[in-house]
Amino acid sequence: MNPDITQIWVYLSASPLLGLTVTLLAYQGAFALYQRSGNNPLANPVLIAVFILVAFLSLTATSYETYFAGAQFVHFLLGPATVALAIPLYTQFKRVRSMLLPVLAGLIAGSLTAIVSAVLVARLLGASASTQLSLAPKSVTTPIAMGIAERIGGIPSLTAVLVIVTGILGAVGARYVFDAMKVRDPAIRGFAIGIASHGIGTARAFQVNEQSGAFAALAMGMNGALTAMLVPWIADFLMNIG
Amino acid sequence: MLGALTQLLLFQLAGEVLARSLDLPIPGPVIGMLMLFVALMLRGGPGEGLQTTSQTLLQHLSLLFVPAGTGIMVHLHRVSAEWLPLLVSLLVSTLATLVVTALVMRLCQRTPAAPGETP
Repeated sequence: MNPDITQIWVYLSASPLLGLTVTLLAYQGAFALYQRSGNNPLANPVLIAVFILVAFLSLTATSYETYFAGAQFVHFLLGPATVALAIPLYTQFKRVRSMLLPVLAGLIAGSLTAIVSAVLVARLLGASASTQLSLAPKSVTTPIAMGIAERIGGIPSLTAVLVIVTGILGAVGARYVFDAMKVRDPAIRGFAIGIASHGIGTARAFQVNEQSGAFAALAMGMNGALTAMLVPWIADFLMNIG
Repeated sequence: MLGALTQLLLFQLAGEVLARSLDLPIPGPVIGMLMLFVALMLRGGPGEGLQTTSQTLLQHLSLLFVPAGTGIMVHLHRVSAEWLPLLVSLLVSTLATLVVTALVMRLCQRTPAAPGETP
C-alpha cells in the first residue's frame, strides 16, 4: 500500500469521524433502497444498513469498539428521540382514550404471548436454560431487556442480539401478517407491532402512518414496563415446571 | 430547534434521575417520555419548535438503531451454537405476538359498541 494512504488510514481509523460518517452513509444508502422499493418492509433500512456496516468493518478489520467511538453520537440520540415520542402520543391521545379497553387487553395478551412462546419454543427445541432465560425479554427495548436478562440469570449480551433480530423480524413481517388477518385499523396495526418488536417496529410504523407510529410508541413503553414486572415471575414458573 | 432539543434532554435527564433514585425497572428516557406527555396535557400541546424537532428526530428513528444493531457482529459466535432453536423461537414468538395482540384488540373493540369508531 502507498505509504501516504496507510498514514491517512491510520489517522481515520483512530478518529470517531469515520465511524460516524460510515453510519450515516450506510443508512442513507439503505434508506434510498427502501424508498425505491416503495417502502417495502423486506427492504428494512436497519437491516440493510447493519449488513453494509458489518461487511465494511469486517473487510477493513475494524473493531466494533473503534467503530462505536464514532457511532455513539448517533446512538446517543435514541434517548431524546424516545422522549420525543410523547408528542405523537399527545396528538393521538383522543384515539388512544377511545380505545382504552382494547389497548389494555392487547397489552396483557401480547406481552404474555411474547414471553411464554419464546421460552417454550426454545425449550422444545433443546436450548439451554440460560438461552431460554435470555429469550424471555426479547420483545422490549434493549436497555430494559438487558436489565431483565441480568436479573433472571440470562446472558445480557445475547439478549441484546435477540432484541435486535426480533425488532427486524417484526418490522419486516408485520404487514404480511396483518394483511392476511385483514386487520386494517392503523391503531391496532401500530399497537401490535410495538408490542412484538419495540423501537425498530415503531420506527417502521412511523414510516407508514403517524397514528400507527403513536400507537406503536405507546405499546413499546407499556410493554417495557409490564415485561419488566412479569418476566421474573414467569421465568421462575416456567423454569420450575420444566 | 436548540430550545426544543434542550427541553427533550431536560426531560430525559429528569427521567434518568427519577429512574435511578427510585430504582425503577423502566429506563430514564421512557419515564422522560411519560413526563413530557403529562406536561403537554397540562400545557395544551407542544409549541411549534418542539413539534418540528421531534418530527425530524422521529422521521429517522430507524437510523438511531443502526449502531446498536451493528453490535451483532461481536456476539454472532454466541448465537452460532444454538442458532436453530433461537431463530425458530424468535420467528414463532414474533408471529404469535403480532397475531394474538391484533386479535385480542379487535375482539375487545367489537364487543362494547364504540361510538363512531369503525376503521
